[in-house]
Amino acid sequence: MIEIRFHGRGGQGTVVASKILADALAKEGNYVQAYPEFGVERRGAPVYAFIRIDSKPIYDKSKIYHPDHVVVVDPTLVEAIDVTEGLKDGGYIIINSENSPEHFKFPDRYKVFTINATEIAVKHRLGTLAAPIVNTAIAGAVVKILNLTRLESLVEAIREGVPIKPEDNVKAAIEAYERA
Amino acid sequence: MKKVIMGNHALSYGAMLSRAQVIAAYPITPQTQVVELLSEMCADGTLNAKFIKVESEHSAMAACLGASLAGARTFTATSAQGLALMHEMLHWAAGGRMPVVMGNINRAMAPGWSIWADQNDSLSERDTGWIQFYCASNQEVLDTVIQAYKVSEKLMIPSMIVLDAFTLSHTYEVVEIPDQSLVDQYLPPFNPPWRLTPDDPHAFGGLTSPDHYMELRYKLQKDMEKVPALVEETGKEYEKMFGRYLGQVEEYLCDDAEFIFVTSGTAGSTARVAVDELRQRGIKAGNLRIRLFRPFPFEKVRSILSRVPRVAVLDRNISYGHHGIFYQEVKSAMYGQPSQPLIFGFIAGLGGRDITRDSFREIADYALSRDRVEEEIVWIGVKK
Repeated sequence: MIEIRFHGRGGQGTVVASKILADALAKEGNYVQAYPEFGVERRGAPVYAFIRIDSKPIYDKSKIYHPDHVVVVDPTLVEAIDVTEGLKDGGYIIINSENSPEHFKFPDRYKVFTINATEIAVKHRLGTLAAPIVNTAIAGAVVKILNLTRLESLVEAIREGVPIKPEDNVKAAIEAYERA
Repeated sequence: MKKVIMGNHALSYGAMLSRAQVIAAYPITPQTQVVELLSEMCADGTLNAKFIKVESEHSAMAACLGASLAGARTFTATSAQGLALMHEMLHWAAGGRMPVVMGNINRAMAPGWSIWADQNDSLSERDTGWIQFYCASNQEVLDTVIQAYKVSEKLMIPSMIVLDAFTLSHTYEVVEIPDQSLVDQYLPPFNPPWRLTPDDPHAFGGLTSPDHYMELRYKLQKDMEKVPALVEETGKEYEKMFGRYLGQVEEYLCDDAEFIFVTSGTAGSTARVAVDELRQRGIKAGNLRIRLFRPFPFEKVRSILSRVPRVAVLDRNISYGHHGIFYQEVKSAMYGQPSQPLIFGFIAGLGGRDITRDSFREIADYALSRDRVEEEIVWIGVKK
């Protein structure tokens, strides 16, 4: 079983990123369980989303406390909260950032990867300049780095699950996948 | 067709596939998406139903009751304070023998204000005469809606499908959405033995003298007693057509068990993982998840629990001044039986506190290290 935690801010589409990933994984016959942090979401406040992936049915309905990997949708969260809380040794920290991985000071037991999803989202006019929607670009990078699904499954999941500008979102995901 | 959907939408799809004809609801967190999706389905023609917007949950149920009496298949959904506001109408539904099917998202009662899971909302409606099913997966939620219409309409008793706030309501899982044509085959249109119609005017729910009232209640109880067998029958029929069995309980490794967790809702799913872990330690554990809470599945519970020396009942609820409610029910089922296990009662997860594999480990360690029941409420994870 693989468990992933997403860190974002309310309004960035963090929960949708985990949902799209779940859709793509389910297309390849995986069992998935995706859920948001249980509570009320406020725009701009730190939000969480979680996903469990397995080849067998998933019975554990408790929360994820020790994720295998974390995805940081908003880089300012790295300073604001401990994104490595409970993260297993050897886990990936995938950050949406214009900086290189070396810019972030994490213990050596983690693997850091950065992808400039904001730039990709802006380029494909997703959201606004001030508040770009980066979730599909993030999903593209995550799928590639963690080798979760084929790109085609992700593209299909975006076409079916993203109601606004699906083709631009597909392009963003593909670009992030190729850059990652 | 397989789809990744949230528990709330599993209720919506269940109502859609059951071809609900009248839906009346009032939004409340964490139930809102149930009726949001249904209202979209009504608007775009996916579902040929009348969606009635109302000003309160009391009115939502009242609207369902009128429609049900007129012969329509009805659906609503609510949660916590909303369910409490419906309370009077719940008695009307069951007493008036109107087979409404309702989703209730288990949410803790305020105050303190909470939107998170526990079972005190639905269990407070235990004695209203509704059938209650507690679910542990989104697939089970969808399937149970369809089964519930079949059971409810056969016996003219309403059903409540209960699922945990967030842990199920907002959790996405892979769900097989059955073919409409197969569901139509399984669930024929609602054809009540009586209905409100101008062609044959009758009044319903009128003044009932002491000469007659008691017989109405006797009949309701007698029909309630038919529910367990009907759940088995309809559950097996469902399995034949859809490949998934829907019983009164879900047994996991109970056959050779020497220690059994009695659980409900999503905690009953996590319990399976805890059982696997205990088995790895050489402890013959099992999990008995109660799906049908009302009527209580006495025979099933007795036949399974009378074989084991130790039982741990987990409650995500409390009857203040008494004990956990499932614990009371299990004890009462086992009272007077020739073979009685030691039955320990645990309370955990109130107001959405997580119930984890560690919770079950703590419960097992407690129950396996004692030879008598020293206290009837063992609190798990409470800051005393």
